[in-house]
Amino acid sequence: MIVDIGIIALKAFLVLFMVLNLAGVLGWIERKGSALMQDRIGANRASILGFAGMGLINTLVADPVKFLTKEDFIPPRGDKFLHTLAPCMALFPALVTFAVIPFGDVLQIGERVINLQVANLNIGILYVFAMGSLGVYGIVIGAWASNNKFSLLGGVRGSAQMISYEVAMGLSVIGILMVYGTLELQEIARGQGTLIREFLPESWRFLKAAIGWLPSWGIFLQPLAFLLFFTAAVAETKRVPFDLPEGESEIVAGYHVEYSGGKFLMFFAGEFAEIVTAAALMTTLFFGGWQVPYLLRDGFHFPWGASWLLPHLAVVLLQVGAFAVKVVFFCWLQILLRWSVPRFRYDQVMRLGWKMLLPLALFNVIVTALVIVAVQ
Amino acid sequence: MMIFYLLAALLVLSSLIVVFQRNVVHCAMALVAALFLIAILFVTLQAPMVGVLQILVYAGAIMVLFLFVIMLLNPTSLEPRRGLSWGFGTVAALLLAVALAALVSHDEAPADPFAATELFGAPESLAKSLFTDFVLPFEIASVLLLIAIVGAVVLAKREHN
Repeated sequence: MIVDIGIIALKAFLVLFMVLNLAGVLGWIERKGSALMQDRIGANRASILGFAGMGLINTLVADPVKFLTKEDFIPPRGDKFLHTLAPCMALFPALVTFAVIPFGDVLQIGERVINLQVANLNIGILYVFAMGSLGVYGIVIGAWASNNKFSLLGGVRGSAQMISYEVAMGLSVIGILMVYGTLELQEIARGQGTLIREFLPESWRFLKAAIGWLPSWGIFLQPLAFLLFFTAAVAETKRVPFDLPEGESEIVAGYHVEYSGGKFLMFFAGEFAEIVTAAALMTTLFFGGWQVPYLLRDGFHFPWGASWLLPHLAVVLLQVGAFAVKVVFFCWLQILLRWSVPRFRYDQVMRLGWKMLLPLALFNVIVTALVIVAVQ
Repeated sequence: MMIFYLLAALLVLSSLIVVFQRNVVHCAMALVAALFLIAILFVTLQAPMVGVLQILVYAGAIMVLFLFVIMLLNPTSLEPRRGLSWGFGTVAALLLAVALAALVSHDEAPADPFAATELFGAPESLAKSLFTDFVLPFEIASVLLLIAIVGAVVLAKREHN
């Protein structure tokens, strides 16, 4: 009993530790990456004993110290309690979502089988969407409590954008749920271990030969859903090109203009944690989560018949490593997207969410249903 | 049991804040907290699906729209009600309290108890009963929502003209 609770606590601690660290490192990647892309050097002045580590010391040491030691300013006619509560409400959903994301298959220590996921809820992905819908409150309350018209404008825009793209995000995932037949994220990740040719009927020989050797990852079975989900997730996290709520050049800094010091750090960290969450969701739903192609629990089993057996610990390390690599790749992709694409105008954002993503998601659901019926 | 009493105490506290707080936005946030606590109550009752739907729909969407309206209209706190409203309110509250006491003190077991299977409250069982036993109310609810959406669009367009 105590050991069970201890294991869950350890998993939760590890996951939170990893997410928060990755959020910090992403800040550094963003600064240095943007500098590389824009042919400049970026921040490299802060150094410890002469070691500046390509701006690592600057982003990971100097910036947090600066944020945490700044004066905590609450606007005079703003709402004190809500002004302090808003950054917490923005950070909470981004971190809590990680409770259901599987970062590995099972770890077997002696007789104890540990599921490498903090909480195996039977509602799985609905929990993720519920926490995502709670993320709107940080924006709305933060904007309102600042007693600032620019803030309010940014906050209202942000919340309208977030609830619009929640709809598109949820609908785009329905195709994945239909294909894998479950809401639980660990089962979806496990379901992506089989090869596509297990699903195709015998008579479709040509298709079986052409793509049957691929693992049945979500990206191969639901390519349109991936594009829709990627767009909706980036819009949901209010990253560029959908960052009009922050509108750096238009409405000062949007909903977090009146926040300085530790509270701004929480908003900032919350945004990067949301990037990590979106990346983790994309890998779990569409790219097999912790699956390495052709790696089963006892080793590699290639489709042409060869196999390479591995000890259990090596398999677990490979799976967790694969998950980490995929998540980092998608984080990097979102950062790359930020510095490559200009910002959408607000009516363009709304039009994209309601008039393009929503009908396409519904179309995807219908086509998926037809294909599933045809394959059976 | 301890969890239930703790949740119930917090729930009563946030409901009181909703009713008695002057600042309207504080009331709305207390209502969000109350809905979140109700969702946790559902989870402790082995119904995680209902709990998460409560957060998704009620706390996550409906209350956001409440907050929109509050922020856009910016109402100051209303003046306190007088006279007849207090009378009606007290009578209604007393009736409710009596009914609740009667319900809670009822000591018999329910007429046909059923054993909760492992799939109790799981999405599969909810979906199965929604689409087989209760498909008619389900469809009627969808049509009702459609009527509401169409009505809202018509109202908005009319003001625009």
